[in-house]
Amino acid sequence: MVGHHYVEQLACSEVDARITVIGAEPRPAYDRVHLSEFFAGRKPEELALTTREHYKELGVDAHFGDAVVAIDRDAKVVTTDSGRAFHYDKLVLATGSYPFVPPIPGADFSNCLVYRTIDDLGMIQAKSKNAKIGVVVGGGLLGLEAANALQNLGLQTHVVEFAPGLMGVQLDNGGSAMLRRKIEALGVQVHTSKATQTIEETGGKGNTRLVMNFADGETLATDVIVFSAGIRPSDQLARDCGLEVGPRGGISIDYHCRTSDSDIFAIGECALYGGMIFGLVAPGYRMAEVAVSQLSGEHNAFKGADMSTKLKLLGVDVGSIGDSHGKTEGAISYTFSDEREEVYKRLIVSADGKTALGAVLVGDCSDYDTLLQYYLNGIELPANPEAMILPASEGGAPLLGAAALPATATICSCHNVSKGDIISAIDGGCCSLADVKSCTAASTGCGGCAALLKNVVDDEMAARGMEVNTAICEHFNFTRQELFHIAKVESIKSFEDLISHHGTGRGCEICKPAVASILASLWNDYILEDKHVGLQDTNDTFLANMQKNGTYSVVPRVPGGEITPEKLIVLGQVAKKYDLYTKITGGQRIDLFGARVDQLPDIWKELIDAGFETGHAYGKALRTVKSCVGSTWCRYGVQDSVSMAIYVEDRYKGLRSPHKLKSAVSGCTRECAEAQSKDFGVIATEHGWNLYLCGNGGMKPRHADLFATDLDDETLIKYIDRFLMFYVRTADRLQRTSVWLDNLEGGLAYLKEVIIDDKLGICAELEAQMNSIVGTYQCEWKTTVEDPEKLKRFRQFVNSDAADERVVFVQERGQPRPATEEETDQLLAKSA
Amino acid sequence: MSTAENIQSNDGLVICQHSDLIANSGICALINGQQVAIFYLPEEEPTVYAIGNWDPIGKANVLSRGIVGDVQGRLVVASPLYKQHFDLITGQCLENDDVSVPVYPIEMVAGQVILANRNS
Repeated sequence: MVGHHYVEQLACSEVDARITVIGAEPRPAYDRVHLSEFFAGRKPEELALTTREHYKELGVDAHFGDAVVAIDRDAKVVTTDSGRAFHYDKLVLATGSYPFVPPIPGADFSNCLVYRTIDDLGMIQAKSKNAKIGVVVGGGLLGLEAANALQNLGLQTHVVEFAPGLMGVQLDNGGSAMLRRKIEALGVQVHTSKATQTIEETGGKGNTRLVMNFADGETLATDVIVFSAGIRPSDQLARDCGLEVGPRGGISIDYHCRTSDSDIFAIGECALYGGMIFGLVAPGYRMAEVAVSQLSGEHNAFKGADMSTKLKLLGVDVGSIGDSHGKTEGAISYTFSDEREEVYKRLIVSADGKTALGAVLVGDCSDYDTLLQYYLNGIELPANPEAMILPASEGGAPLLGAAALPATATICSCHNVSKGDIISAIDGGCCSLADVKSCTAASTGCGGCAALLKNVVDDEMAARGMEVNTAICEHFNFTRQELFHIAKVESIKSFEDLISHHGTGRGCEICKPAVASILASLWNDYILEDKHVGLQDTNDTFLANMQKNGTYSVVPRVPGGEITPEKLIVLGQVAKKYDLYTKITGGQRIDLFGARVDQLPDIWKELIDAGFETGHAYGKALRTVKSCVGSTWCRYGVQDSVSMAIYVEDRYKGLRSPHKLKSAVSGCTRECAEAQSKDFGVIATEHGWNLYLCGNGGMKPRHADLFATDLDDETLIKYIDRFLMFYVRTADRLQRTSVWLDNLEGGLAYLKEVIIDDKLGICAELEAQMNSIVGTYQCEWKTTVEDPEKLKRFRQFVNSDAADERVVFVQERGQPRPATEEETDQLLAKSA
Repeated sequence: MSTAENIQSNDGLVICQHSDLIANSGICALINGQQVAIFYLPEEEPTVYAIGNWDPIGKANVLSRGIVGDVQGRLVVASPLYKQHFDLITGQCLENDDVSVPVYPIEMVAGQVILANRNS
């Protein structure tokens, strides 16, 4: 990760350097911070931070799967395992670290594993297939992550720790005890003060097990052992070529990240600075930037880094700030412990009680951001510092307003974004949380600063009177979400009712379609009813998509992209008869372009007679559910993706929503249907379906987030029902699910609480509402062609059968296309 | 009636009947070779408005298919192509002072939509 960061920084800097990357692992850099998500179904490609192609674009010469085995400092040449040699002017060592495996007899049995790389995780997964019990040796941060992985794999999980407490580096005794209590409640058995002396194999071939013998005479039988007892810097290369290393390992560097050879730098976990190894990603990134600055001539300095950290281990929130053990001279501390809620908090302050020195948080990290800012910026504490960690109800903890932070305060440590950076982003035109995120990258790393970032953005917007006007338009002083709520609670069924009671004026092209959509989501009336027709955008009014010359395109529904030859022939015949341009869409259906408004009813009559339905390509509604052929035909498919896609498309067709919705179902992890670029995507697993939410193609692509795994059919549909209705209820006008999620306070975790845990108690209602929409579906084109009154609208002129003379086509590649303005003028002049 | 000539009456040209109109929306008529967008707003006074159907910015005959409403009290139609607003009374484009569309004197008399006789 750190090496990759260096490459990116250097490639994007002014420095004109030829960059060569050599890596021992078979793949480009990936995200180790989120490595545990591998077990939640995240594939190696999804963890990737870059690709070979991207390196090519950057002009980087990259070699993966070929370890460097020697450095010749005199000749300035490195040699690799495969025997290749590379010359360098400057060399950067970003070799990282390796897991420490204690020298215990038996630690080399084949079921004794480590937790470090994607390959390690693949090995753990493979070895766990037929296992029942798993032991993690090491109760530190990584050990608990490994324990989480074993639990996810369905193993009965034990943690064995040599020290008396868990996470001894980050937590004090009280915090450690609370953490133990909480994870034991989750079914993980914790054994502390246990020294493993030997490991033996028992049983015969085929059913071998492992037995761990502890110093106190006790034993523990298991199938798999994962060592996660700390890391050691990978400094062998440096040792071999005579670079200075620390007494306990680590390549010594100065504050310019230079080793004892001025042409060699070391960064990340392999480097030793001030007697310390920095095993977090943020300090590693800082080192990378510092090392780049030595080449660019800026000569920045690395001054150590704050090792405070906040994370979720086995679902338990844990935070550690600064001097968490209270070792500073004269330090005093405040402790809050709630055994019922299983929350432990400790605040360590200076002798005069004015500055925060450190903190420990277990079970509730909501104070973390505030405390960290006090700590990092030396902000003076209130007279009663204990209020900082007491529950809000008791005397009201003095929340640190975002305004109190200095501009230098780091908000996002992953990407080193300060409050000042956020202010300049807003000055530069960003006017929403999502804008700021995409402009500064803040909160796009670990995401831990999301709440704080929102506070800063809100505060800054308010401060400059940009007080985010959330009113939908000049006619309603409400957001779309509020209008939805009003219409629902007061059972309002027409725009007229809504605007006369809750708005002003006559409405406009913004509020009218928005309200039409809300009313459709709530009551699902026919959208061309007299009271609704004037609210619709032209696409909805004519149930077709207006093109640049005023003609329309026609897109019948093709559920799941499955279509019979008979229907294909009909599409061809209709296109031929009306001289329409035909094109295959990205959503696996066929678009027929160039229909005049007066042709639409005839075209649709023929399509409906052939069994087609409207495709809602014109509406802010469910568009398509793409699918691959799945297990029916494909050698690799594990589920019937086509049947599922057709079911999903039939269920949600016609659902009006704040913006268009797209979906896809893939029959295996090869993901041929591209489900992860959809608002909701489904990928088959051997055990059921994985659900991905809030992806997007388009202008700002976003990969969907993995929401739930191995769902059965019924649960899958239940979650999608809830998700769609929750989105329909709460999104802004024209807000895609991706932006909606980015702006949703609490993000993905909150969405899971709402949809899976029913935190708001609304799931039954969401499902009922969806069922009512599904139950009242009608094909709008069928209703329309059967109603002569409605068909009157489909005329170019109310008083003539003439055609619009400005609608002119020319031929291109054997099909019609709209004539350009000049072509139209010429053709009209000729015919005149 | 469709292909029939527009009927000349004493008060002007009869374009269509009240029943041809769509409340709070528009239709298009062909008058002496000109495409005219006619909007019917039953709550307003007068109730009918006519402007050119040609969208000078989108360059297509589509204004009759836009959404009608008001901007700061001015009655407007929003082009269905690129959403510029055109004043229903003056034809002025609100987004661009240099752009406007023609307006036509129109009225509703005894259930008939009539283009007023400019000479009278």
